[in-house]
Amino acid sequence: MVIINFLHCIELRFLVLEIPSIACEGLCKRFCNKTALDHLDLSVPQGTVHGLLGPNGAGKTTAVRVLATLLRPDSGHARIAGFDVARQAPQVRARIGLAGQNAAVDEILSGRQNLVMFGRLCHLPAGAARRRAGELLSQFALSEAQDKPVRQYSGGMRRRLDLAASFIVAPRVLFLDEPTTGLDPAGRNEVWQTIRALAAAGTTVLLTTQYLEEADQLADAITVIAAGRVIAWGTPDELKTLAGGDRIDVKMRAAGDLVPAARLLQARLGTDVRVDQDGRELSVPVTDRLAALTQIIGSLQEADITAEDITVRRPTLDDAFLHLTGHRPPPDGTVLAAEVTRP
Amino acid sequence: MTITLTPEIPRTIRAQIGWAIRDTWVITCRDLAHWRQQPGAVIANTLVFPIMIVLMFGYLLGGAMTVPGGGDYREFLMPGMIAMTMVFGIGATLSAVSADAARGVIDRFRSLPMAAPAVIAGRAAADMLNSAAALAVLTGCGFAVGWHPHRGAARAIAALGLLLLLRFAFLWVGVYLGLRFYPNPEAVTAVRTLEFPLGFLGNPFVAVSTMPAWLGAIALWNPLSSTVTAARQLFGDPIGANSSWITSHAIIMAVAWPLLLTAVFFPLSLRRYQRLSR
Repeated sequence: MVIINFLHCIELRFLVLEIPSIACEGLCKRFCNKTALDHLDLSVPQGTVHGLLGPNGAGKTTAVRVLATLLRPDSGHARIAGFDVARQAPQVRARIGLAGQNAAVDEILSGRQNLVMFGRLCHLPAGAARRRAGELLSQFALSEAQDKPVRQYSGGMRRRLDLAASFIVAPRVLFLDEPTTGLDPAGRNEVWQTIRALAAAGTTVLLTTQYLEEADQLADAITVIAAGRVIAWGTPDELKTLAGGDRIDVKMRAAGDLVPAARLLQARLGTDVRVDQDGRELSVPVTDRLAALTQIIGSLQEADITAEDITVRRPTLDDAFLHLTGHRPPPDGTVLAAEVTRP
Repeated sequence: MTITLTPEIPRTIRAQIGWAIRDTWVITCRDLAHWRQQPGAVIANTLVFPIMIVLMFGYLLGGAMTVPGGGDYREFLMPGMIAMTMVFGIGATLSAVSADAARGVIDRFRSLPMAAPAVIAGRAAADMLNSAAALAVLTGCGFAVGWHPHRGAARAIAALGLLLLLRFAFLWVGVYLGLRFYPNPEAVTAVRTLEFPLGFLGNPFVAVSTMPAWLGAIALWNPLSSTVTAARQLFGDPIGANSSWITSHAIIMAVAWPLLLTAVFFPLSLRRYQRLSR
């Protein structure tokens, strides 16, 4: 008997591992005359955290809404834990959790009342819903505030309650749409820790973010999308290498020094120097940060050029974007397909 | 290690109906819990305004009012005031639906393995219960200021039923408008103020015969007016002299108008709800 059970477990485990938790192919979605998803492909193995990275308007939220059965795709297929999002929506809904950009909870009710309500709507019996609410309140460090109305919660607490609500059925797949937008650093850290704990316990997480750092902190793999298309895919390290590694930004005192300084550094360091006229700034990709820093300071001093500020930094999404597309993401995110797909 | 609980999906139609009813009740209870959580705000939202208007029109302005065809103005006013409360229900439904849609609460419901119709059905049940409570309190206030039905309990209950029927029709107007305008809070506020022309371009406060002919015609054919006249007849309150066809068929029209409104706005609401996934 024990052996049979054991074999059964192995078989089940094998089956579960075979099917990617999230798999979509050629997903398309248009709103009026705007293309939100343009043949999006995605595959996320079970138990991993996947970051969907892109600027505003890249189609991240649309992708999550399609995968979470809230939007019907125009074409393409998507399967969650093996179930088709369009044709088997109830089965998908029984296996997912969704936390959107704003805390979708009842502001007047208390944290506990909210969780009991969502538990009942997941068809837990009344007693089980109450027990589960209690468990989640302590798991998400909300026990103290459990009976206060949600409108008295801080931003971080609200977001944690929202996460707890998306976690009622301990879903196989958790969708988090910009889970830390609008949070202060402390709140952001709280949410990051929570996500790490959930992932460690075996939940597959798809997380959208505008920040490479956030994806870097949390994700096992990252897909960069723009205008609804995948433009890069890889581990955080691979992506950072793609983005050109670390950078040193040099801010000039005089705008007239920009071009001579750029020429000088380009010659000395042998790399492409990016000139930002508006910000009176040069940006230099570097591999050995300290050596490059010394060299930059030395060269500028020799040429008698005054730098106002020098910053050594990790690559940002902007850099990755610039590198992958040759264009900076537009500030308010209306990325045009033509702009991005141009090599 | 996390235990994964996967809710079962009901297979038979009976199980699905049972689920839908249970989910509807959970959503209804959510709204009823607001009463317990902040009774003051609920009372302020639903009752203070109508009671204020009863006092204002009944005592402050009422002295200057005469009802054409005779009769006490406060008696004339009472059914109109209850009907106005039903009109304000449009705004209550509209605000609740648009707030839930805008804040993502409806999306969360839609991402749960719950019965889809329960989201709106729960809202409907909660709003009808709220309005029934408002109706009971206003009627109680009416008794307190000396108003009472003159034609017996059965007709009085029929009148209250017609008023709730009107509320039921307005419910779908509110759901439709809420789902239509939720992305834009200014539009929601603007649409909400349309309650006032709807209420005042009718006969709740003054008799239609005192208005200019063209305005009176509009007011007469306002769905609200038929319900108000029907309620006045059934309560035995003065109706304000009027011999038009629609006034003499007030009770039929008080059934027909809400059914027509529901026939239009119920499908529109459902279509809007389905279009959330487009």
